[in-house]
Amino acid sequence: MEITVTVNGTACRRDIEPRLLLIHFLRDELRLTGSHWGCDTSNCGACVVWLDEIPVKSCTVLAAMADGHRVRTVEGLEQRGQLDPVQEGFAQCHGLQCGFCTPGMMMTARWLLDHHPDPSAEQIREAISGQICRCTGYENIVRSIQWASKHPSGSAAGAGEVPS
Amino acid sequence: MQVPAHVEYERATSVEHALSLLARFGPEARILAGGHSLIPMMKLRLAQPETLIDINDLSELARLGVVDGQLRIGAMVRHAQLLDHAEAGELFAILHDAERVIADPIVRNWGTIGGSVCQADPSEDLSATFAALQATMVIRGPDGERTVPARDFHTGPYETVVRPGEILTEIRVALQPRAGSYRRGSAYQKVGRRVGDWPVGAAGAALWLSDGVVAEAGIGLSAVGARHFSAVEAEDYLRGAPASAQTFARAGQLAAEHCRPSSDQRGPADYKRHLASELTIRALDLALRRARAADPGAS
Repeated sequence: MEITVTVNGTACRRDIEPRLLLIHFLRDELRLTGSHWGCDTSNCGACVVWLDEIPVKSCTVLAAMADGHRVRTVEGLEQRGQLDPVQEGFAQCHGLQCGFCTPGMMMTARWLLDHHPDPSAEQIREAISGQICRCTGYENIVRSIQWASKHPSGSAAGAGEVPS
Repeated sequence: MQVPAHVEYERATSVEHALSLLARFGPEARILAGGHSLIPMMKLRLAQPETLIDINDLSELARLGVVDGQLRIGAMVRHAQLLDHAEAGELFAILHDAERVIADPIVRNWGTIGGSVCQADPSEDLSATFAALQATMVIRGPDGERTVPARDFHTGPYETVVRPGEILTEIRVALQPRAGSYRRGSAYQKVGRRVGDWPVGAAGAALWLSDGVVAEAGIGLSAVGARHFSAVEAEDYLRGAPASAQTFARAGQLAAEHCRPSSDQRGPADYKRHLASELTIRALDLALRRARAADPGAS
Protein backbone atom coordinates (compact mmCIF):
# COMPACT_ATOMS: atom_id res chain seq x y z
CA MET A 1 0.00 0.00 0.00
CA GLU A 2 1.10 3.56 -0.57
CA ILE A 3 1.33 5.88 2.41
CA THR A 4 2.30 9.51 2.88
CA VAL A 5 3.64 10.52 6.26
CA THR A 6 4.84 14.03 7.03
CA VAL A 7 8.06 13.41 8.91
CA ASN A 8 9.73 16.41 10.53
CA GLY A 9 7.81 18.65 8.14
CA THR A 10 8.59 16.75 4.94
CA ALA A 11 5.92 14.69 3.18
CA CYS A 12 7.35 11.20 2.58
CA ARG A 13 5.55 8.84 0.22
CA ARG A 14 6.47 5.16 0.16
CA ASP A 15 5.01 1.87 -0.97
CA ILE A 16 4.98 -0.40 2.08
CA GLU A 17 3.63 -3.65 3.41
CA PRO A 18 0.79 -3.03 5.90
CA ARG A 19 2.64 -5.06 8.52
CA LEU A 20 5.61 -2.66 8.53
CA LEU A 21 6.13 -1.09 11.95
CA LEU A 22 6.56 2.67 12.18
CA ILE A 23 10.06 2.35 13.69
CA HIS A 24 11.24 0.30 10.71
CA PHE A 25 9.55 2.69 8.27
CA LEU A 26 11.54 5.54 9.81
CA ARG A 27 14.84 3.70 10.05
CA ASP A 28 14.84 1.46 6.99
CA GLU A 29 12.65 3.29 4.46
CA LEU A 30 13.51 6.88 5.35
CA ARG A 31 16.99 6.15 6.78
CA LEU A 32 16.21 8.28 9.82
CA THR A 33 18.22 6.17 12.21
CA GLY A 34 18.08 8.58 15.14
CA SER A 35 15.09 6.74 16.59
CA HIS A 36 16.32 3.48 18.02
CA TRP A 37 14.79 0.07 17.76
CA GLY A 38 15.20 -1.50 21.19
CA CYS A 39 13.16 -4.12 22.96
CA ASP A 40 10.48 -4.66 20.31
CA THR A 41 7.92 -5.15 23.09
CA SER A 42 6.91 -1.54 23.91
CA ASN A 43 8.82 -1.71 27.19
CA CYS A 44 12.03 0.24 26.66
CA GLY A 45 10.97 3.45 24.91
CA ALA A 46 14.07 3.87 22.72
CA CYS A 47 11.69 4.16 19.74
CA VAL A 48 9.52 7.01 21.07
CA VAL A 49 8.51 9.49 18.37
CA TRP A 50 5.61 11.90 18.13
CA LEU A 51 2.57 10.84 16.13
CA ASP A 52 0.91 14.15 15.42
CA GLU A 53 1.49 15.81 18.80
CA ILE A 54 1.67 12.69 20.98
CA PRO A 55 4.69 10.61 22.01
CA VAL A 56 4.17 6.96 21.07
CA LYS A 57 6.27 3.82 21.04
CA SER A 58 6.85 3.39 17.33
CA CYS A 59 7.64 -0.33 17.61
CA THR A 60 3.98 -0.83 18.46
CA VAL A 61 2.41 1.36 15.79
CA LEU A 62 2.06 0.31 12.15
CA ALA A 63 3.44 2.69 9.55
CA ALA A 64 0.05 2.36 7.87
CA MET A 65 -1.57 3.94 10.93
CA ALA A 66 0.60 7.03 10.39
CA ASP A 67 -0.62 7.47 6.81
CA GLY A 68 -1.85 11.06 6.47
CA HIS A 69 -0.38 12.02 9.84
CA ARG A 70 2.67 13.91 11.06
CA VAL A 71 5.61 12.24 12.77
CA ARG A 72 8.36 14.06 14.64
CA THR A 73 11.60 12.24 15.40
CA VAL A 74 14.76 13.21 17.23
CA GLU A 75 16.07 14.54 13.90
CA GLY A 76 13.26 17.10 14.06
CA LEU A 77 14.28 18.55 17.42
CA GLU A 78 16.98 20.81 16.05
CA GLN A 79 15.55 23.98 14.52
CA ARG A 80 17.49 26.06 11.97
CA GLY A 81 20.82 24.72 13.08
CA GLN A 82 20.11 25.30 16.76
CA LEU A 83 19.91 22.36 19.11
CA ASP A 84 16.69 22.11 21.09
CA PRO A 85 17.21 23.09 24.76
CA VAL A 86 16.51 19.46 25.62
CA GLN A 87 19.40 18.33 23.44
CA GLU A 88 21.58 20.99 24.95
CA GLY A 89 20.54 19.91 28.45
CA PHE A 90 21.59 16.33 27.76
CA ALA A 91 24.95 17.61 26.55
CA GLN A 92 25.37 20.03 29.47
CA CYS A 93 24.43 17.56 32.18
CA HIS A 94 25.91 14.36 30.79
CA GLY A 95 22.40 12.95 30.28
CA LEU A 96 23.69 10.00 28.29
CA GLN A 97 26.47 7.48 28.22
CA CYS A 98 25.87 4.92 25.48
CA GLY A 99 23.11 7.05 23.94
CA PHE A 100 20.76 4.23 23.04
CA CYS A 101 17.78 5.46 25.06
CA THR A 102 18.51 9.14 24.38
CA PRO A 103 16.35 9.83 21.30
CA GLY A 104 13.26 8.44 23.05
CA MET A 105 14.09 10.23 26.30
CA MET A 106 14.47 13.53 24.49
CA MET A 107 11.19 13.23 22.56
CA THR A 108 9.33 12.57 25.79
CA ALA A 109 11.19 15.42 27.50
CA ARG A 110 10.27 17.87 24.74
CA TRP A 111 6.61 16.89 25.06
CA LEU A 112 6.72 17.18 28.84
CA LEU A 113 8.23 20.69 28.72
CA ASP A 114 5.74 21.81 26.08
CA HIS A 115 2.93 20.88 28.48
CA HIS A 116 4.62 21.47 31.85
CA PRO A 117 7.36 24.08 31.39
CA ASP A 118 8.59 23.77 34.97
CA PRO A 119 8.19 20.13 35.99
CA SER A 120 9.27 18.76 39.35
CA ALA A 121 11.84 15.96 39.46
CA GLU A 122 8.97 13.66 40.34
CA GLN A 123 6.97 14.70 37.26
CA ILE A 124 10.03 14.11 35.09
CA ARG A 125 10.56 10.65 36.56
CA GLU A 126 6.90 9.80 35.99
CA ALA A 127 7.05 11.06 32.40
CA ILE A 128 10.03 8.84 31.54
CA SER A 129 8.87 5.88 33.62
CA GLY A 130 8.10 3.86 30.48
CA GLN A 131 11.63 4.30 29.16
CA ILE A 132 14.68 2.40 30.21
CA CYS A 133 18.25 3.67 30.59
CA ARG A 134 20.85 1.14 31.65
CA CYS A 135 23.74 3.61 31.98
CA THR A 136 22.87 6.70 33.94
CA GLY A 137 20.66 5.56 36.78
CA TYR A 138 18.37 8.34 35.48
CA GLU A 139 19.90 11.02 37.73
CA ASN A 140 21.58 12.89 34.91
CA ILE A 141 18.60 12.48 32.62
CA VAL A 142 16.41 14.20 35.22
CA ARG A 143 19.06 16.95 35.59
CA SER A 144 19.25 17.36 31.81
CA ILE A 145 15.52 17.87 31.53
CA GLN A 146 15.58 20.28 34.48
CA TRP A 147 18.36 22.20 32.72
CA ALA A 148 16.19 22.47 29.62
CA SER A 149 13.24 23.70 31.69
CA LYS A 150 15.43 26.46 33.16
CA HIS A 151 16.82 27.42 29.75
CA PRO A 152 13.74 27.44 27.50
CA SER A 153 15.68 29.31 24.81
CA GLY A 154 18.84 27.31 25.22
CA SER A 155 22.03 28.64 26.73
CA ALA A 156 22.32 32.44 26.70
CA ALA A 157 25.55 32.54 24.77
CA GLY A 158 26.34 30.25 21.89
CA ALA A 159 23.06 28.35 22.02
CA GLY A 160 23.41 25.04 20.32
CA GLU A 161 27.11 24.67 20.77
CA VAL A 162 28.04 21.49 22.45
CA PRO A 163 30.33 22.32 25.34
CA SER A 164 33.72 20.68 25.27
CA MET B 1 13.22 -9.25 15.32
CA GLN B 2 9.49 -9.58 15.82
CA VAL B 3 7.45 -8.96 12.70
CA PRO B 4 3.74 -9.53 12.23
CA ALA B 5 2.64 -11.96 9.53
CA HIS B 6 1.33 -10.62 6.25
CA VAL B 7 -1.91 -8.73 6.74
CA GLU B 8 -4.22 -6.47 4.77
CA TYR B 9 -5.12 -3.01 6.06
CA GLU B 10 -8.34 -1.04 5.79
CA ARG B 11 -9.18 2.25 7.43
CA ALA B 12 -12.75 2.80 8.59
CA THR B 13 -14.33 6.23 8.29
CA SER B 14 -17.35 5.57 10.53
CA VAL B 15 -18.74 2.84 12.76
CA GLU B 16 -21.12 1.85 9.97
CA HIS B 17 -18.18 1.63 7.57
CA ALA B 18 -16.22 -0.48 10.07
CA LEU B 19 -19.19 -2.84 10.40
CA SER B 20 -19.46 -3.17 6.61
CA LEU B 21 -15.73 -3.90 6.40
CA LEU B 22 -16.08 -6.55 9.13
CA ALA B 23 -18.92 -8.12 7.16
CA ARG B 24 -16.93 -8.05 3.92
CA PHE B 25 -13.68 -9.49 5.31
CA GLY B 26 -15.23 -12.07 7.61
CA PRO B 27 -14.17 -13.63 10.90
CA GLU B 28 -10.42 -13.34 10.23
CA ALA B 29 -10.65 -9.54 10.23
CA ARG B 30 -9.73 -7.71 13.42
CA ILE B 31 -10.50 -4.24 14.67
CA LEU B 32 -7.31 -2.21 15.17
CA ALA B 33 -7.67 0.49 17.81
CA GLY B 34 -4.49 1.66 19.60
CA GLY B 35 -2.90 -1.68 18.71
CA HIS B 36 -1.01 -1.90 21.98
CA SER B 37 -2.38 -5.36 22.70
CA LEU B 38 -3.05 -6.59 19.17
CA ILE B 39 0.26 -5.61 17.55
CA PRO B 40 2.38 -7.36 20.24
CA MET B 41 0.16 -10.44 19.79
CA MET B 42 0.69 -10.23 16.02
CA LYS B 43 4.46 -9.91 16.45
CA LEU B 44 4.45 -13.12 18.49
CA ARG B 45 2.16 -14.69 15.86
CA LEU B 46 -0.34 -15.43 18.60
CA ALA B 47 -2.73 -13.40 16.49
CA GLN B 48 -2.66 -13.68 12.72
CA PRO B 49 -5.60 -11.72 11.35
CA GLU B 50 -6.00 -11.56 7.58
CA THR B 51 -7.27 -8.00 7.64
CA LEU B 52 -6.94 -5.12 10.05
CA ILE B 53 -9.71 -2.55 10.22
CA ASP B 54 -8.23 0.61 11.66
CA ILE B 55 -10.77 2.62 13.68
CA ASN B 56 -8.40 5.35 14.89
CA ASP B 57 -10.21 7.96 12.82
CA LEU B 58 -13.57 7.31 14.49
CA SER B 59 -13.89 10.39 16.71
CA GLU B 60 -17.50 9.33 17.36
CA LEU B 61 -16.00 6.57 19.55
CA ALA B 62 -13.66 8.92 21.42
CA ARG B 63 -16.32 10.82 23.36
CA LEU B 64 -16.13 10.94 27.12
CA GLY B 65 -18.61 12.57 29.50
CA VAL B 66 -21.83 12.31 31.49
CA VAL B 67 -25.06 11.80 29.55
CA ASP B 68 -28.40 11.00 31.22
CA GLY B 69 -26.96 10.06 34.60
CA GLN B 70 -24.26 7.82 33.12
CA LEU B 71 -20.58 8.31 32.55
CA ARG B 72 -20.07 7.27 28.95
CA ILE B 73 -16.62 6.24 27.81
CA GLY B 74 -16.17 5.71 24.08
CA ALA B 75 -14.22 2.61 23.08
CA MET B 76 -11.58 4.75 21.34
CA VAL B 77 -10.92 6.92 24.38
CA ARG B 78 -7.21 6.59 25.09
CA HIS B 79 -5.92 5.82 28.58
CA ALA B 80 -4.25 9.22 28.84
CA GLN B 81 -7.52 10.92 27.88
CA LEU B 82 -9.41 9.16 30.67
CA LEU B 83 -6.65 9.93 33.16
CA ASP B 84 -6.72 13.63 32.17
CA HIS B 85 -10.51 13.85 32.42
CA ALA B 86 -11.18 15.65 35.71
CA GLU B 87 -14.90 14.90 35.86
CA ALA B 88 -14.41 11.16 35.35
CA GLY B 89 -11.91 11.14 38.23
CA GLU B 90 -14.19 13.15 40.49
CA LEU B 91 -17.12 10.86 39.83
CA PHE B 92 -15.20 7.62 40.03
CA ALA B 93 -11.73 7.96 41.52
CA ILE B 94 -11.20 4.25 40.82
CA LEU B 95 -10.82 5.11 37.12
CA HIS B 96 -7.89 7.40 37.79
CA ASP B 97 -6.38 5.05 40.39
CA ALA B 98 -6.39 2.27 37.81
CA GLU B 99 -5.24 4.38 34.88
CA ARG B 100 -2.25 5.68 36.83
CA VAL B 101 -0.90 2.13 37.12
CA ILE B 102 -1.78 0.80 33.66
CA ALA B 103 1.31 0.32 31.52
CA ASP B 104 3.35 3.55 31.35
CA PRO B 105 2.65 7.14 30.25
CA ILE B 106 3.72 6.60 26.64
CA VAL B 107 1.69 3.41 26.19
CA ARG B 108 -1.27 5.20 27.80
CA ASN B 109 -1.01 7.91 25.15
CA TRP B 110 -2.05 5.52 22.42
CA GLY B 111 -3.66 2.45 23.98
CA THR B 112 -7.45 2.59 24.20
CA ILE B 113 -10.06 1.67 26.81
CA GLY B 114 -11.98 -0.50 24.35
CA GLY B 115 -8.84 -2.25 23.19
CA SER B 116 -7.85 -3.10 26.75
CA VAL B 117 -11.15 -4.68 27.71
CA CYS B 118 -11.50 -6.51 24.38
CA GLN B 119 -8.03 -7.99 24.78
CA ALA B 120 -9.57 -9.63 27.86
CA ASP B 121 -6.30 -10.43 29.53
CA PRO B 122 -7.07 -12.10 32.89
CA SER B 123 -4.76 -9.57 34.55
CA GLU B 124 -6.32 -6.51 32.94
CA ASP B 125 -6.89 -3.62 35.34
CA LEU B 126 -9.88 -1.99 33.63
CA SER B 127 -11.83 -5.24 33.50
CA ALA B 128 -11.74 -5.37 37.31
CA THR B 129 -12.49 -1.65 37.46
CA PHE B 130 -15.57 -1.92 35.28
CA ALA B 131 -16.68 -5.02 37.18
CA ALA B 132 -16.51 -3.01 40.41
CA LEU B 133 -18.43 -0.15 38.83
CA GLN B 134 -21.04 -2.58 37.46
CA ALA B 135 -20.61 -0.97 34.07
CA THR B 136 -22.48 -1.77 30.89
CA MET B 137 -20.77 -2.56 27.61
CA VAL B 138 -22.39 -1.32 24.40
CA ILE B 139 -21.80 -3.49 21.35
CA ARG B 140 -22.86 -2.65 17.82
CA GLY B 141 -23.33 -5.15 15.04
CA PRO B 142 -25.12 -5.57 11.74
CA ASP B 143 -28.42 -5.99 13.59
CA GLY B 144 -28.04 -2.88 15.71
CA GLU B 145 -26.93 -2.22 19.24
CA ARG B 146 -26.98 -4.48 22.29
CA THR B 147 -25.81 -3.98 25.84
CA VAL B 148 -24.07 -6.49 28.09
CA PRO B 149 -23.19 -6.12 31.78
CA ALA B 150 -19.42 -5.77 32.22
CA ARG B 151 -19.47 -8.97 34.27
CA ASP B 152 -20.89 -10.96 31.39
CA PHE B 153 -18.51 -9.44 28.87
CA HIS B 154 -15.65 -11.89 29.32
CA THR B 155 -16.23 -15.53 28.48
CA GLY B 156 -12.71 -16.63 29.39
CA PRO B 157 -9.09 -15.59 29.06
CA TYR B 158 -8.75 -13.48 25.90
CA GLU B 159 -12.38 -14.14 25.00
CA THR B 160 -15.37 -11.83 25.07
CA VAL B 161 -18.98 -11.89 23.95
CA VAL B 162 -18.16 -9.58 21.02
CA ARG B 163 -18.92 -11.69 17.96
CA PRO B 164 -17.30 -11.54 14.55
CA GLY B 165 -18.96 -8.64 12.76
CA GLU B 166 -19.46 -6.66 15.97
CA ILE B 167 -17.65 -3.74 17.65
CA LEU B 168 -17.53 -2.60 21.25
CA THR B 169 -18.51 1.06 20.97
CA GLU B 170 -18.94 2.38 24.50
CA ILE B 171 -18.79 1.65 28.21
CA ARG B 172 -21.42 3.20 30.48
CA VAL B 173 -21.30 3.61 34.24
CA ALA B 174 -24.43 4.69 36.09
CA LEU B 175 -23.75 7.44 38.63
CA GLN B 176 -26.34 5.97 40.98
CA PRO B 177 -27.08 2.25 41.01
CA ARG B 178 -30.80 2.90 41.45
CA ALA B 179 -33.20 5.76 42.14
CA GLY B 180 -32.06 7.86 45.08
CA SER B 181 -28.95 9.71 45.97
CA TYR B 182 -26.13 7.96 47.75
CA ARG B 183 -22.71 9.01 48.88
CA ARG B 184 -20.35 7.46 46.40
CA GLY B 185 -16.71 6.46 46.73
CA SER B 186 -14.41 4.17 44.79
CA ALA B 187 -10.76 3.10 44.70
CA TYR B 188 -8.30 0.74 43.02
CA GLN B 189 -5.32 -0.92 44.65
CA LYS B 190 -2.67 -2.82 42.70
CA VAL B 191 0.52 -4.60 43.60
CA GLY B 192 2.95 -4.86 40.70
CA ARG B 193 6.64 -5.57 40.47
CA ARG B 194 7.60 -2.57 38.36
CA VAL B 195 6.19 0.25 36.24
CA GLY B 196 4.21 -1.01 33.30
CA ASP B 197 3.84 -4.57 34.50
CA TRP B 198 0.68 -6.55 34.95
CA PRO B 199 -0.52 -6.81 38.54
CA VAL B 200 0.55 -9.59 40.85
CA GLY B 201 -2.88 -8.92 42.26
CA ALA B 202 -5.31 -6.00 42.22
CA ALA B 203 -8.68 -5.06 43.68
CA GLY B 204 -11.14 -2.29 43.01
CA ALA B 205 -14.08 -1.21 45.15
CA ALA B 206 -17.09 0.99 44.57
CA LEU B 207 -19.43 1.92 47.42
CA TRP B 208 -22.75 3.69 47.45
CA LEU B 209 -23.72 4.61 51.01
CA SER B 210 -26.86 5.71 52.80
CA ASP B 211 -26.48 6.82 56.44
CA GLY B 212 -23.30 4.83 56.90
CA VAL B 213 -24.87 1.66 55.51
CA VAL B 214 -23.74 0.04 52.27
CA ALA B 215 -26.61 0.46 49.83
CA GLU B 216 -24.64 -1.05 46.96
CA ALA B 217 -21.13 -2.41 46.64
CA GLY B 218 -18.99 -3.48 43.73
CA ILE B 219 -15.73 -5.36 44.10
CA GLY B 220 -13.48 -6.10 41.14
CA LEU B 221 -10.46 -8.37 41.25
CA SER B 222 -7.73 -8.81 38.66
CA ALA B 223 -4.99 -11.41 38.17
CA VAL B 224 -6.27 -13.70 40.93
CA GLY B 225 -8.59 -15.96 38.95
CA ALA B 226 -11.82 -14.30 40.08
CA ARG B 227 -14.89 -15.31 38.13
CA HIS B 228 -16.02 -12.38 35.97
CA PHE B 229 -13.31 -10.23 37.62
CA SER B 230 -15.66 -9.80 40.59
CA ALA B 231 -16.25 -10.90 44.18
CA VAL B 232 -20.01 -11.40 44.38
CA GLU B 233 -20.00 -13.20 47.75
CA ALA B 234 -18.23 -10.25 49.34
CA GLU B 235 -20.64 -7.83 47.68
CA ASP B 236 -23.68 -9.80 48.89
CA TYR B 237 -22.26 -9.73 52.40
CA LEU B 238 -21.66 -5.96 52.28
CA ARG B 239 -25.09 -4.94 50.99
CA GLY B 240 -27.08 -3.63 53.95
CA ALA B 241 -24.10 -3.92 56.31
CA PRO B 242 -22.51 -0.97 58.08
CA ALA B 243 -19.48 0.45 56.32
CA SER B 244 -16.85 -0.39 58.92
CA ALA B 245 -13.42 -1.92 59.32
CA GLN B 246 -14.98 -5.13 60.65
CA THR B 247 -17.29 -5.68 57.70
CA PHE B 248 -14.55 -4.76 55.24
CA ALA B 249 -12.23 -7.32 56.83
CA ARG B 250 -14.87 -9.99 56.37
CA ALA B 251 -15.49 -8.88 52.78
CA GLY B 252 -11.76 -9.20 52.07
CA GLN B 253 -11.78 -12.69 53.52
CA LEU B 254 -14.75 -13.68 51.33
CA ALA B 255 -13.10 -12.20 48.23
CA ALA B 256 -9.96 -14.26 48.92
CA GLU B 257 -11.89 -17.46 49.62
CA HIS B 258 -13.74 -17.36 46.33
CA CYS B 259 -10.96 -16.48 43.90
CA ARG B 260 -8.68 -19.05 42.27
CA PRO B 261 -5.22 -17.61 41.81
CA SER B 262 -2.54 -19.71 40.16
CA SER B 263 1.16 -19.71 40.91
CA ASP B 264 3.30 -18.22 38.19
CA GLN B 265 6.41 -16.07 37.74
CA ARG B 266 4.65 -13.17 39.44
CA GLY B 267 4.08 -15.02 42.66
CA PRO B 268 2.70 -18.10 44.44
CA ALA B 269 -1.04 -18.68 44.70
CA ASP B 270 -1.20 -18.22 48.48
CA TYR B 271 0.47 -14.81 48.22
CA LYS B 272 -2.00 -13.77 45.53
CA ARG B 273 -4.87 -14.95 47.70
CA HIS B 274 -3.48 -12.83 50.51
CA LEU B 275 -3.37 -9.88 48.12
CA ALA B 276 -6.99 -10.46 47.09
CA SER B 277 -8.03 -10.05 50.71
CA GLU B 278 -5.68 -7.24 51.69
CA LEU B 279 -6.20 -5.16 48.54
CA THR B 280 -9.98 -5.58 48.76
CA ILE B 281 -9.85 -4.23 52.31
CA ARG B 282 -7.60 -1.33 51.33
CA ALA B 283 -9.76 -0.45 48.32
CA LEU B 284 -12.91 -0.52 50.48
CA ASP B 285 -11.23 1.64 53.15
CA LEU B 286 -10.16 4.24 50.61
CA ALA B 287 -13.54 4.15 48.85
CA LEU B 288 -15.22 4.79 52.22
CA ARG B 289 -12.93 7.72 53.04
CA ARG B 290 -13.66 9.21 49.64
CA ALA B 291 -17.40 8.69 50.03
CA ARG B 292 -17.32 10.48 53.38
CA ALA B 293 -15.40 13.37 51.87
CA ALA B 294 -17.78 13.68 48.92
CA ASP B 295 -20.98 15.71 48.87
CA PRO B 296 -23.96 13.46 49.41
CA GLY B 297 -25.72 12.89 46.16
CA ALA B 298 -23.55 15.31 44.23
CA SER B 299 -24.58 14.78 40.61
